[in-house]
Amino acid sequence: MKRRSTFLMIVLGFGFAFFYIPILSMIVYSFNASRLATVWGGFSTKWYVSLLSNDKVIDALFLSLKIAVISATVATILGTMAGIALARFTKFRGRVLFSGLVTAPLIMPEVITGISSLIFFILMADWVGWPGARGFSTITLAHITFSMVFVTTIVQARMIQSDRAIEEAAMDLGSRPWQVMFDITLPVISPAIMSGWLLAFTISLDDVVITSFTTGPGSTTLPLLIWSKVKLGVTPDINALATLMVLTVGAGVVAAGIIMTRAERRRLADERMAFRNND
Amino acid sequence: MEEPFLRIEGVSKSFGVFQAVKDVSLTVGKGEIFALLGGSGCGKTTLLRMLAGFEEPTAGKIFLDGRDMSGVPPWERPVHMMFQSYAIFPHMTVEANVGYGLKHEKAMSKADRAARVAEMLDLVQLTPFAKRKPHQISGGQRQRVALARALARQPKLLLLDEPLAALDKKLREHTQFELMSIQERTGVTFIVVTHDQEEAMTLADRIAVMDKGEVKQIGSPTEIYEFPNSRFVAGFIGSVNSFEATVIGRERPHLRLSVPGLGGEVLARDVPAAVEGQKVTLAVRPEKILLGKERSASANSFQGHVKDLAYFGKDSLYRVALPDALVQAHAVNARRGDEGARVADWNDDVWLSFEPASAIVLVG
Repeated sequence: MKRRSTFLMIVLGFGFAFFYIPILSMIVYSFNASRLATVWGGFSTKWYVSLLSNDKVIDALFLSLKIAVISATVATILGTMAGIALARFTKFRGRVLFSGLVTAPLIMPEVITGISSLIFFILMADWVGWPGARGFSTITLAHITFSMVFVTTIVQARMIQSDRAIEEAAMDLGSRPWQVMFDITLPVISPAIMSGWLLAFTISLDDVVITSFTTGPGSTTLPLLIWSKVKLGVTPDINALATLMVLTVGAGVVAAGIIMTRAERRRLADERMAFRNND
Repeated sequence: MEEPFLRIEGVSKSFGVFQAVKDVSLTVGKGEIFALLGGSGCGKTTLLRMLAGFEEPTAGKIFLDGRDMSGVPPWERPVHMMFQSYAIFPHMTVEANVGYGLKHEKAMSKADRAARVAEMLDLVQLTPFAKRKPHQISGGQRQRVALARALARQPKLLLLDEPLAALDKKLREHTQFELMSIQERTGVTFIVVTHDQEEAMTLADRIAVMDKGEVKQIGSPTEIYEFPNSRFVAGFIGSVNSFEATVIGRERPHLRLSVPGLGGEVLARDVPAAVEGQKVTLAVRPEKILLGKERSASANSFQGHVKDLAYFGKDSLYRVALPDALVQAHAVNARRGDEGARVADWNDDVWLSFEPASAIVLVG
């Protein structure tokens, strides 16, 4: 069918417009010479310069990255273990409870997770004297808790797809279960683990709600900084900061897309080669 | 008596209330190709998995080369398996796949291992593909990688789970002979699980026919085909015409039966278990039935007319209607010619005959 419905095209146009016009206008206004975010005062890159010389922003960025890397890594280790356990051990005492507990943060409102983490940290401080002050470590712990579920879900789905026989084959050839885990299981599901890590990293990097509950004085992550600045009015340096973030993420997505397309093309070529050599 | 190489003794396996394998006992000699043949769900794969160590028998014991295998985990058994899905490690090259098991051979040097891998790749003719990844080779080549990998550590016993099921027909025939020649060269004892009776007959020295978790009959392909001991085995291996019959009397070395379906009496090879007046089943293989325009001198001759015929080239299958039965007969097309050269055509009246020795009496 060649003729497309005009109505559908209009709906599609509106959809894209709602998504991208705000982002585009933000990018355009980041080059605004005026101090007022909504009044165009000519082209300028001064906000980028002031942004990069602003220590607060740089500190917040590094804190956010540090939390994101550590929490994503720990969440990936724990989440992978949980995912493998849920996929492989179909029968163990308390499996349903375990599965429910692991996936609960997925549906729990963030505010609840945030408040309960906060109360937990306060009680901990009372009982065992740790954490004395909330900040980097409490934020990281809270992020691990809620991002682990995403890794678990991805790894579990991948494990269910993968052929159990390849693990049995390794066992049959003389490997003990833990060797099978490192030789076969983990390498085979490594793409799922990687995407789990990336997801956990992204979620941690832009979290506001849970972070604001578990942070303490002096520990301001980038999203918290933006949030607090916006409360005083949107200034062009926020636009500049957001533009940089959009460009970074965009470049990452495009790069990943190119790499994946290339890999897929190579795989197809390999397969064609295999069939030619079929004997 | 000398201890057999592999002895399965009264092995049963239950999953909850379901009994997958029921009291199986059998022995396999060193260097033999032994087939476990049966339909899906007959317990053959469960039995194989118990040999590999993936399942523990609920009852009974397995002895390999005199050693009780109870409680020995898969990684400590000198038994390797070729999986139905081949289970090639997707992230390793062909070479790494074949060499995987060898890393557990602590006594081997690196050079020894490399030499062994090269030897195995040569055995299955995959040397040019050593550096390829599994997705870069064809299905037939993957099957050979799986075989080489399972043979690399020189197992005492090689288990093959439906080794040819994933290959197309032409490749299957070729691979069958290749498997046999590799078995001959390596001398490893093979246990093959298959649902394909032709595969079992060509590959195996002996076959165990299984049904619903039980072994129905164990014997050489000829024994199983020519002397089935039950209706199940006769029907499972090849095609067969079977008729209800009653034993009238014993005329050594034959047995006289009344067969209402054929509209007369039949002389059949005697079976000691049959007694006079007993209801039995008479089974005759289609290729043992002679088809002709004239009545033959054979003791068992019956007249009918051709209802259907299927021409396969080398032979034809006739479906002949008798008073109360439809009989299948295979006739070899020995003479070349057009339709006129056939033994009989549609609706022709024909005589069917078979030797008493070809008539199988089944009591069970």
